[in-house]
Amino acid sequence: MTLRAALICFNGLLQRELLRFVQQRSRFFSALVRPLLWLVVFASGFRAALGIAIIEPYETYITYEVYIVPGLCAMIILFNGMQSSLSMVYDREMGSMRVLLVSPMPRPFLLLAKLMATSLISLLQVYGFLLIAWFWGIEAPLLGYLTALPAFLLVAMMLSAIGLFISARIKQLENFAGVMNFVIFPMFFLSSALYPLWKMREASEWLYWICAWNPFSHGVELIRFALYQQGNSEALMIVSLVTLVASVLAVRGFQPQQGMGKR
Amino acid sequence: MSIDIRHLSFSYGPLLALQDINLTLQEGRFNALLGPNGAGKSTLFALLTRLYALQSGEITIAGHSIARHPAQVMRKLGVVFQQSTLDLDLTVAQNLYYHAALHGMSKRQAQPRITEELARFDLSERRQEKVRNLNGGHRRRVEIARALLHKPSILLLDEPSVGLDPATRESLNQHIRQLCEAEQLTALWATHLMEEIQNDDPVSILFKGRMLASDRASELCQQYQCADISSVFRSLTGVTP
Repeated sequence: MTLRAALICFNGLLQRELLRFVQQRSRFFSALVRPLLWLVVFASGFRAALGIAIIEPYETYITYEVYIVPGLCAMIILFNGMQSSLSMVYDREMGSMRVLLVSPMPRPFLLLAKLMATSLISLLQVYGFLLIAWFWGIEAPLLGYLTALPAFLLVAMMLSAIGLFISARIKQLENFAGVMNFVIFPMFFLSSALYPLWKMREASEWLYWICAWNPFSHGVELIRFALYQQGNSEALMIVSLVTLVASVLAVRGFQPQQGMGKR
Repeated sequence: MSIDIRHLSFSYGPLLALQDINLTLQEGRFNALLGPNGAGKSTLFALLTRLYALQSGEITIAGHSIARHPAQVMRKLGVVFQQSTLDLDLTVAQNLYYHAALHGMSKRQAQPRITEELARFDLSERRQEKVRNLNGGHRRRVEIARALLHKPSILLLDEPSVGLDPATRESLNQHIRQLCEAEQLTALWATHLMEEIQNDDPVSILFKGRMLASDRASELCQQYQCADISSVFRSLTGVTP
């Protein structure tokens, strides 16, 4: 595989995802409804109940809405990542995945390029959400929207790779409802997306440790810091490491030919 | 350029799907793979297209081992799957450009090939139409045009005529025969329909995972003293096709 062929192939995959995204505009808007409900309804209701002390990376007291925006961005990425990974696994015997798999490019490249393409598309949704949040009065520093971009992308790759690995390995998670109940919700609620972890520690020490070990928490924190133009080296390290390990496991676990034979 | 299959066996757990298959396709010919549903045709195609890994035996395509040199093999192979694999919401051209990119062809390289293949299949006017708006026969032709974009030397077609009306089926069959002749293309056409096979075709009969016979249709008729390939099939399997 030459670099040129790889770039052409990636570009083709990205364009296809982009075309499908444009075709399915209604899906785009419905994907925005979920985080907006959390932001506009849930966060407004909880604003009075939850005061957020000054914590990094914020320089002052913030409202609850401001706190949960990075978590909601991560939630959009989480839903998209899991959905596209699950469809990759269950489409492999037919449809688009078969076309992908008869390409002469190496399969690990094809899978990772596909994950990257879907990750880039889910960033469009994240920025769509951030734009609406901005109109709702939740503004991050302007440059922060740019510095958050690599963080969004890395977190998207991590979550898609985890999704691909989980759905290829655990046959019981055969539909999106299963993934939602056993992967997405635990990952989302047991993280720093909705509440700072010190608050969780006040409630329960062991819940705190689960949240602290959850890679999604580190993804949320990486986004939170990047959105405010700050680095979080611990989160960056953990997210990078988990992305790498999950990608290797996902590519190995996917191995269509062997998995298929067992089905 | 041909396909050579040696001692190929494959099982789904305890269920043996293919048993010691040996087959060599004739170059530049329309090779028919005849078998009823459940004979193992799709499993064989899944092995040929690397959807499944080989369990035992060997497949050599265009001189390259499928297990050791997959990239070289896939470059030589064009595949038309049994179920449609086109993106219904994209246009014909968008589907073809996507396939070309997956084979490392730039837009500039792909454009003349797409024009050429669409013209060959009489689809030039459908170029910007969404696949969803095409009928079954046209969709099939787009899939064949797509499979030929990267100029493969071998074309695999897994029951390409399923779901088509008799006239469309016949015209598709003729199209592939002309292609084999004009381009020296080796085609493997899997089917369970006897009428798609001509006397001069190399035919392999697959039944319950075993290759029962493999020769020219007319030779098989002579060997088994039958009037046509349907009777050969009946005499070999005891089943009416």
